[in-house]
Amino acid sequence: MSQLKENEKPRVDLGRYSFDQHEQPALKDLRQLSEEDRKQLLMAGVDASGAQRSGSFLHVNHSKVHCSSCRKGVEILDIKEALDKYDGLPEYYWQAVDKDKDEFTRAAAEKVHGGYFIKTEKGARIKDPVQSCLFIKGENVGQNVHNIIVIEEDSELHVITGCTTSADVTSALHLGISEIYIKKGGKLTFTMVHNWGSEVMVRPRTMAIVEEDGVFASNYILLRPVKSVQSFPTVFLNGARSVASFNSILVAPKGSYIDSGNKIVLNAPDTRGEIISRTIPTGGTIIAPGIIEGNTAPAKGHLECKGLVLSEGIIHAIPELKATVPGVELSHEAAVGKIAQEEIEYLMARGLDEEQATSTIVRGFMNVDIMGLPAELQSSIEEIIDETEKDMF
Amino acid sequence: MLTIEDLFVKVGGREILKGIDLQISDGENFILFGPNGSGKTSLLMTVMGFDGYEIVQGRIYYNDQDITHMPAYQRARLGIGMSFQRPPTIHGLKTRDMVRLCAGDNEVDVDEMAKEVNFTELLDRDINAGFSGGEIKRAELLQLMAQDPGLVLFDEPESGVDLENMNLIGKVIRGILDGPLEPRNGISMKELKSRHQTSGLIITHTGYILDYINADRGQVLYEGKLCCTARPRDILDHISKYGYKECVRCLN
Repeated sequence: MSQLKENEKPRVDLGRYSFDQHEQPALKDLRQLSEEDRKQLLMAGVDASGAQRSGSFLHVNHSKVHCSSCRKGVEILDIKEALDKYDGLPEYYWQAVDKDKDEFTRAAAEKVHGGYFIKTEKGARIKDPVQSCLFIKGENVGQNVHNIIVIEEDSELHVITGCTTSADVTSALHLGISEIYIKKGGKLTFTMVHNWGSEVMVRPRTMAIVEEDGVFASNYILLRPVKSVQSFPTVFLNGARSVASFNSILVAPKGSYIDSGNKIVLNAPDTRGEIISRTIPTGGTIIAPGIIEGNTAPAKGHLECKGLVLSEGIIHAIPELKATVPGVELSHEAAVGKIAQEEIEYLMARGLDEEQATSTIVRGFMNVDIMGLPAELQSSIEEIIDETEKDMF
Repeated sequence: MLTIEDLFVKVGGREILKGIDLQISDGENFILFGPNGSGKTSLLMTVMGFDGYEIVQGRIYYNDQDITHMPAYQRARLGIGMSFQRPPTIHGLKTRDMVRLCAGDNEVDVDEMAKEVNFTELLDRDINAGFSGGEIKRAELLQLMAQDPGLVLFDEPESGVDLENMNLIGKVIRGILDGPLEPRNGISMKELKSRHQTSGLIITHTGYILDYINADRGQVLYEGKLCCTARPRDILDHISKYGYKECVRCLN
């Protein structure tokens, strides 16, 4: 049995972490990072070579160390520079996330170390993704970042954001505020890959606001050990016909406590929302809440929580649907537990032994095809899945 | 190829098969008739080696090897293949990859085989996800083609299939059982046939499949017992005229 019970939720003690004196020198090229660090970045989906990327952003501890954009139509700045350049970003800065939401938003508001500001030009369709990495190097570093993404009208962008610690760091705290604005007809694919250390605490606060015909597709991949994550990215579909999807794959090894879910609020007619989460604890605990709220009709939402408990661990799926007007269509599907025997036998009749059959089904369960990732990111994720799979049975 | 001796099988504590003796020779196609609930599918599942089919008495041999207590995957590797009536969906497993798994260590050209069963467009879909009746059948056949078994177990290959699909499915089944139907350069048809020794154990209600394959022999399974050995056509004609009541008389 897993020792970590739900009531033993890890608590963050802000006083334990150092929020000063970890400034880092700038890097002209991400290839200047040590091989070990580059490897950590790659495990978080960030390719230091910058191949097939429209731009790269790297924030280490308390400073921006690299920021480059190599495509017209997308601007990437450190948040502090953006606040200077755009007179404090009054339309965006602390406009989606409430500064006084909790102790973590207050801490992030008090002292911001950096973060990215990414903005597309109207109509710009950026083919290659922009990658960003928020990196912690140093024991007990507390990192406050504030990120803002603005997708202008009819533009399109994929942002891959990796969060990681260097291989020698076990304990750290990451507080990340992300505010995402998608204007009329804009489309953002937002892929977040987490690769933390076993004692790292993570408290991101993410809100997205989508206007008419906008599309927000969010992917979240967390396969590596972490002490505790508590996150609940929320999207408001405020414009007619806008669409949002959340797709997450979570693995919780022994000692990991992951409380990660999503909320979609359907505030305009003909909006659609979908939340899909697939979870496997391998000794740890996963709390998977999900809420879809429909406040206008017609509007549609579907929520899917799937979880496999293969050896030990806890899954607590909490799907919630809320309709406040007639005509809203919301549904959910939740299945938690073991692999269907029927599926194992089907594969065994094709010549796979029980272990091979189980592993084939688990890989299918965790497959990332639907996320639409660039090929090389997909294959590095598949490599991590191969590795984590060893601890599953 | 397959020898079943005095086989008694229980499912969920209830005796379903009550003393089956059956022999299928190399390359022979055996047709199994019988009313619903008579134990036909249970017999196939027992030969394939599924959990839940408890052999309380009797033996099963495949190519003179005792497989009575062998797990399903080993039987599959020895060359027993099965087409499922209602196979489960496996999310995230593409049909293309499933077909490759069926081939084991053999190299197969999945795209080339898919053309034969008109399945090219569905190869990248998850196996059985939202497939129609005909698509399920064609996917099952594609998997069997890749596995290239020595004994094929077909559970109602014609169920849920429209006439157009039936034609395609019938021909493909014949191909799996009888081998290539056209002479090739340098090899005579006789030689081709003698190399291809796939046997079939086929359940049918409607008999449509008999229009496509060489059915050598048939029997009726009634309340867990085999009876009425005859040519499959004759059995079918008899059942469609008189039903299964003759079996009752014959067995008592």
